[in-house]
Amino acid sequence: MTLTLQLFLIVSAALFCIGLLAALSRRHAIFILIGIEMMLAAANLNFIAFWRFSPEPRQPAGVMIAIFAIAIAAAEAAVGLALVISVYRHYRTTNVDQLDQLKG
Amino acid sequence: MNGVAFIVIAILTLAAALAAATLQKLMHAALSFAVTFVGIAAFFFLLGAEFVGLVQVFVYIGAVAVLIVFTILLTRRDVEKDRGFNWSGVVVAIAVFGGLISAIFKTQSVSVAAPAIPALTVKRIGEVLMTNYVWPLQCVGLLLTAALIGALILVMEEKG
Repeated sequence: MTLTLQLFLIVSAALFCIGLLAALSRRHAIFILIGIEMMLAAANLNFIAFWRFSPEPRQPAGVMIAIFAIAIAAAEAAVGLALVISVYRHYRTTNVDQLDQLKG
Repeated sequence: MNGVAFIVIAILTLAAALAAATLQKLMHAALSFAVTFVGIAAFFFLLGAEFVGLVQVFVYIGAVAVLIVFTILLTRRDVEKDRGFNWSGVVVAIAVFGGLISAIFKTQSVSVAAPAIPALTVKRIGEVLMTNYVWPLQCVGLLLTAALIGALILVMEEKG
């Protein structure tokens, strides 16, 4: 079967929605971070697929965006996990439903 | 590009992603999350971006997944399960998936086959990174330094 761009976009959309599912429906802070990382990876897959199927692939712009996005996602994951550890130290919980002291 | 390889990698990636999103035990979910990234790296190899695939393995599986496992170990409670699952999130995710799929199928310009391209070498990536993308490179270096220092300050024990 010939692989079209549509197939890659469908897989990346499915991965994005599974990440959205993990980020919206879990109550543990680390699961929410896992969902966010999955969404970022799905977007990277999208960029690389569009780069591969474009008629002018001498410019590796899609690949560059993906490399920078991976670096930024790693930095954001590190800071997010540091926040989770710090919150756990103070409140002894990682359930985001119980972190509601800033509620107005 | 091989059709069978695409189907196998797609099934592996989506199954591992579903497992990471719905498993009750944290450790199992974190390890399925690492398998998901193996699948995505395999997709990158299939698409001809081998360097990004290897960077993905190093950074995501080697650093982010390990960080998540360490954080799970550091924030343990008595029962290591996640209590509570919000079902409205499933509805929203399915709705978003439906919207994306309808947008993909309506677009005519995405049903194209892959053109034959010259292989993207690491030499080419290095050239482009040092000439066209040198400012983003320095900014990402600064961002990583700031994130590292910030994360350290957040978890440092307060004295006294």
